[in-house]
Amino acid sequence: MLMDVKLGQLGSWLAMRDFTPGGILGAIRRGYDRYYNKYINVRKGGLGGISMVLAGYIVLSYAWSYSHVKHDRRRKYH
Amino acid sequence: RALCPLVPSAPAALRALPPPVAVGVLHTTRPLHTTQQSLAPVPPLPEKGGEVRHGLIPEEFFQFLYPKTGVTGPYMLGTGLLLYLLSKEIYVVNHETAAAACILTVIIYGIKKFGADVAAFADKLNEEKVASALAMKNEAIQTLQTAIEEEKKEQWRVEGRSYLFDAKRNNIAMLLETNYRERLLMVYNEVKKRLDYQVAMQNLKRQKEQDHMIQWVEKNVVQSITPQQQKESIAKCILDLKALSKSAHAAV
Repeated sequence: MLMDVKLGQLGSWLAMRDFTPGGILGAIRRGYDRYYNKYINVRKGGLGGISMVLAGYIVLSYAWSYSHVKHDRRRKYH
Repeated sequence: RALCPLVPSAPAALRALPPPVAVGVLHTTRPLHTTQQSLAPVPPLPEKGGEVRHGLIPEEFFQFLYPKTGVTGPYMLGTGLLLYLLSKEIYVVNHETAAAACILTVIIYGIKKFGADVAAFADKLNEEKVASALAMKNEAIQTLQTAIEEEKKEQWRVEGRSYLFDAKRNNIAMLLETNYRERLLMVYNEVKKRLDYQVAMQNLKRQKEQDHMIQWVEKNVVQSITPQQQKESIAKCILDLKALSKSAHAAV
């Protein structure tokens, strides 16, 4: 799918996608199903299943609060 | 009803025609049920989830980079990325970093120490659930098997119904025979009683006739004995007695 698209064809591939609200919801549902069926809906699930979700949440919340964290920088110019 | 209002009142000529070919034929132009896909039985769950290295990065990422960079590629990428984030202060080191370090240390220590036990416990819970479901399924299958065997036994029993009816017929024949013999016996008894009555009647008549005749003869004989004859017979008896006593004396 996305892995099979060559780098030059990325623009055209992106234009092909369905960006309606129904399409976006469908894409979210597909992504969720793929993740769920690969890492959580198994007989002997491991730690990686939820820890990846928590790591993603940590990264996302850091990105959202970066404007607040910026003030704790030690140097002004990098 | 609204689509075919004329059916009840179709004229007799139409009804007399042979039924159309479409009756009993399935109206389909595409084949049905040709694919293997079906909703049951549900395929079993996969045994293990996708591989995740260090609990954070899926294995596919390492495999993706392996052809170009070998085994250490992703680690170099990770180190470089970390240094870049730190040096450019995209990741700022502040009090939260210390807190995060302490929390992560505790969490990782806890996982390393108790991870296996918790996993075994969860697996045991799962096992119990699966075992109970399997037991139910097996029980249902067993019930159906016994039902099948019972059914077969009933079918085998049906074959013996000829014997049953033969036995019933025999019983009825015996009853009829018994009844017939009882009646025969009754008839015999009745006839015998009537014949006995006739025989007794005849015997009684003969007896009465005999008695009457004897009485009459005796009466006439007694009447005919005159007093003269009586005296003569008594004298004769006395003479006989004397003669007898003499012979008796002589014998003694």
